[in-house]
Amino acid sequence: MAAVATCGAGAGGTESMAAATSKSNVTSFQRRGPRARGTDSGGPRLVSIAGTRPSVRNGQLLVSTGLPALDQLLGGGLAVGTVLLVEEDKYSIYSPLLFKYFLAEGIINGHTLLVASAKEDPADILQELPAPLLDDSCKKEFDEDVCNKKPESDIKMKIAWRYQLSPKMEVGPVTSSRFGHYYDVSKRIPRELIETSKWHGFFLPEKMSSADKVECCSLTPGYMKLLHFIQNIIYEEGFDGSNPQKKQRNILRIGIQSLGLPLWGDDVCCSENCDSSHSLSKFLYILRGLLRTSLSACIITMPTHLIQNKAIIARVTNLSDTVVALESFVGSERETNPLYKDYHGLIHIRQIPRLNNLICDESDVKDLAFKLKRKLFTIEKISDALKWWSRRS
Amino acid sequence: MKGMHLPDIRMLLQGASPRSSEMFPELNNLLNTTPDKAEQGKLTLLCDARTDGSFLVHHFLSFYLKANCKVCFVALLQSFSHYNIVAQKLGVSLAAARERGQLVFLEGLKSSVDVFFQAQEDPHPLQFLREASAGNLQPLYEFVREALTPADNGAAAWRCPVLLVDDLSVLLSLGMGAVAVLDFVHYCRATVCCELKGNMVALVHDSGDAEDEENNTLLIGLSHQSHLILRTEGLATGFCKDVHGQLRILWRRPSQSTARRDRSLTFQYKIQDKNVSFFARGMSPAIL
Repeated sequence: MAAVATCGAGAGGTESMAAATSKSNVTSFQRRGPRARGTDSGGPRLVSIAGTRPSVRNGQLLVSTGLPALDQLLGGGLAVGTVLLVEEDKYSIYSPLLFKYFLAEGIINGHTLLVASAKEDPADILQELPAPLLDDSCKKEFDEDVCNKKPESDIKMKIAWRYQLSPKMEVGPVTSSRFGHYYDVSKRIPRELIETSKWHGFFLPEKMSSADKVECCSLTPGYMKLLHFIQNIIYEEGFDGSNPQKKQRNILRIGIQSLGLPLWGDDVCCSENCDSSHSLSKFLYILRGLLRTSLSACIITMPTHLIQNKAIIARVTNLSDTVVALESFVGSERETNPLYKDYHGLIHIRQIPRLNNLICDESDVKDLAFKLKRKLFTIEKISDALKWWSRRS
Repeated sequence: MKGMHLPDIRMLLQGASPRSSEMFPELNNLLNTTPDKAEQGKLTLLCDARTDGSFLVHHFLSFYLKANCKVCFVALLQSFSHYNIVAQKLGVSLAAARERGQLVFLEGLKSSVDVFFQAQEDPHPLQFLREASAGNLQPLYEFVREALTPADNGAAAWRCPVLLVDDLSVLLSLGMGAVAVLDFVHYCRATVCCELKGNMVALVHDSGDAEDEENNTLLIGLSHQSHLILRTEGLATGFCKDVHGQLRILWRRPSQSTARRDRSLTFQYKIQDKNVSFFARGMSPAIL
């Protein structure tokens, strides 16, 4: 299924990397550290990780963002080792949904999560994740798994099926070989799924209260602590392959909520000529450096509508890999525009990275709108018929 | 093409068939240069506005490696394997070049993590990441000078040294002032272009209407020092599947004050998997 070519350190690694390139299924991620000697047969060892698949264009390892429609617009998914920046909509109504989809997808696939926030406790964020929508074909997979251990599973519960099993058997992480799932936002994720998943939380007020001295640098203390926390997790859990004790074959999904808010100690949203204007861009650069050398993917939501200095927005965009902006119609004159009456807002794909390639999978469709139905968040192309009609009237 | 100053218009209209063994052959024709007769002592400025001009960086990297020059690549934006994989499409192996000593590669992303989380004993080229206030880029300049100064044995193994930077705007984002970056470029030019008779190529983003004053200062300052400016722009009319942007080539003579106008050409381009095809404005093969 998904393939990652692992290479050893040093000259031997580069040669096998060159050999693997000719098969064009190598990723930009190059693992440091020795390979397991047992399976060393000369060529790179292929490893499959749940919830990932290689890109058709360049063999880059992709993970799902939690929204299959968004995966398609981004060329198949989010590349491992990259940053997805979501520019928040004005009242932060819909961007938390994208954030939660990303984390929920991580739980379903058994990935490790790292949730960072300055305004909400990560444990609370995780409680509010949407429940997965399991359709019949997917459910058959789980049933086969379950039927081997428990004969009576005749009560077919479509969504919260885990509840029927919980008192009797040990619940492991939900594994599914599908890439990308649908979620029901009207329901919460079952608590068992969260309890069996591995996650780390970074809640800024808690971390700032501990009085360890952080080395003086032009980064705000909140960002410094977050970077050290992330680096620590990556090293301790072996996501970058440099820890000899830990052999990690899983993805770390990092979610940072509302980066840039004054709660982080950054005044980039407060004034145009801010003192710590480089703090945010420096943070992003170091974060990207950490991501590129580890098996992780990151989503950051940022209230760019609050940042008054447009230069900072341009720099932040250049330092991120994939940039998606949400524009909701709440409170704007577009709310009454007949063209947009079926939708809640527009979604703009501002940037898609060109990784290992001269070109990228840019979608031809630029007029995209989203709407939040009772259960699902959908992204659609604005109908051509409507556009033609609105031009005539 | 010998002796011609303007590229053959017929060749532009046809679009050359992509030969994967060369870096963009059409761009070489437009610039009227080949790896065999690369000029020396020049500063080339790459600039992109509303689009991604990184394909020019890949072009010059493989061009100078093919021309048997010693290249110091300060790659701040992407990882080594990214440039390596693209360079292999253009017929050059960066890993092999690095092993035989032709390429000195500073991988900004990886080095920044090393220098940020652990104090280094020796001055690191990206030392400024640990500093609280905006310092200067002297350690980075020392790194470049050491990489490109030929060894004392006297035998010239490579043709001429080349410094390639991708890109200078990132240095501004990391806390350097425009003046510090201009100083760095000045020192590098003095060493690489004048003293060692080599070339320098640097990419700067044009932020357009984003009111980035530091970036504008840097861009204008460099424009006046450059011998060749390659400016890619997104089309003013928006996204187009067949025409990815417009390239403006400007030849300049910064040292001589002359009343003659600098020569400039404008083309539109489309980026393909292993090649970039250029055509005159409005002459895209897709619409002819």
